[in-house]
Amino acid sequence: MSKLTPTPGQTVGPFFGYALPYTKDRELLAPGSPGSIRLQGTVYDGAGHPIPDAILEIWQADADGNVPHRTGSLVRDGYTFTGFGRSAVGNTGVFTFTTVNPGPTEEGAAPFIAVAVFARGLMNRLFTRVYLPEDEEALAKDPLLSSLEPDRRRSLIARRDPDGGLTWDIRLQGEGETVFLDFSDAEGASK
Amino acid sequence: MPEELNLDIFNADPITEDVSDEATEAAPKTYAPAGPALDAAAESQADLSAEMKAIGEAYAQALKNGAAAETQPRLDYAPYRSSLLRHPTKDLHHADPETIELYSPAFGHMDVHALEADLTIQHNGEPLGERIVVSGRVLDGDGRPVAGQLVEIWQANSAGRYIHKRDQHPAPLDPNFTGVGRCITGADGSYSFTTIKPGAYPWKNHLNAWRPAHIHFSLFGQEFTQRIVTQMYFPGDQLFPLDPIYQSIVDQDARDRLVATYNHEQTKPEWAMAYNWDIVLTGSKRTWTENEALGAGGDENE
Repeated sequence: MSKLTPTPGQTVGPFFGYALPYTKDRELLAPGSPGSIRLQGTVYDGAGHPIPDAILEIWQADADGNVPHRTGSLVRDGYTFTGFGRSAVGNTGVFTFTTVNPGPTEEGAAPFIAVAVFARGLMNRLFTRVYLPEDEEALAKDPLLSSLEPDRRRSLIARRDPDGGLTWDIRLQGEGETVFLDFSDAEGASK
Repeated sequence: MPEELNLDIFNADPITEDVSDEATEAAPKTYAPAGPALDAAAESQADLSAEMKAIGEAYAQALKNGAAAETQPRLDYAPYRSSLLRHPTKDLHHADPETIELYSPAFGHMDVHALEADLTIQHNGEPLGERIVVSGRVLDGDGRPVAGQLVEIWQANSAGRYIHKRDQHPAPLDPNFTGVGRCITGADGSYSFTTIKPGAYPWKNHLNAWRPAHIHFSLFGQEFTQRIVTQMYFPGDQLFPLDPIYQSIVDQDARDRLVATYNHEQTKPEWAMAYNWDIVLTGSKRTWTENEALGAGGDENE
């Protein structure tokens, strides 16, 4: 098959607030329901200031490590786990999701949540991952994490909160800069 | 280039900067014919254009020296001032997508009603402006249709005003136009929206900065790695050379991929002008199932 050149991305801009968010967008399941946890964090710029106009998406396996194939992320029925959520940050740069701890998708694999980051001033979306902190053996042999320097690796691993939730911050630039991922084959990669 | 940057932006209070950056913070309560007060400290279009020109010339030289053509916007593109503190300074880390990343969230007709693709029927009356139909196909990098996937759009009204509360450009809101639409692609990857041609609008990147008319598009592929948000432009816009967001894509062929074409054959007499725009996502990393290869939509999975 012919190879086509991908269409360029562009910034999400400042005015997505009435378009991309939707009812229960950040509630992959109802807050307080059995097994639910909070995933929260703050998005920071290169000066260490919170960014008030970013929007995040998460996509993950269910608690058993199964990849969901169910529709209903935009109109949630309250029972179906679709694996997808979207959270615009508030004025203090904080995002919040209600979700479950993803299970390992393969035996011995380190469970993680896939993340896409969009913001005004960010020219193109960025991909990253947030890993659960517990299974240190799995984390140690994870192909991505083991390819990173220890100080960079830390940026992809969430902290476990006393209430069972996860805290994970995103730093777009500077000290502790989050590792962002390039899934493209070598040619045409963005800079 | 870097030495020409106005470093004051690094010291700006982020919240104030963010609110005032692309909207008028102290917006007039009523329409002021003279327009909002101009910021005397703002940089001129000539300054910005010179910066963009220098980047363009450096890119042309790199191409001559054998560099590969760029296909995406630069994350580090200083003429878009808001990007200064918001671009990663380290190279993106190459990763092979794993399980979850090789699939995409499923959306279907449970999520999106067919009428959401018509932005002109969301209120009691007809919106003001030039009615248009924007249609095309979503394909992956191998040319396969992206079937049964979500497309979301949002845009300014015909006067160049967004509903968003931070947009305080003193142009009229249209009570009959919100500017948000969604659809699910057909088996052939096709989408079609009926809407109003958006107006250009001013923003505060520099003095007299105007965005070319555009429609924001949000797209999902069959794999999460194919996710993109972008902007579609209209052909022949005089603002292209002046706009740092469009210019952040330094390659002309790549820029052209964001510009729709006018289609007179599809234009509906005495009703709506037609524009076409196809979107290509990145290539697929996963071996497809037979259903996917046949173009099964999200609802098939229920």
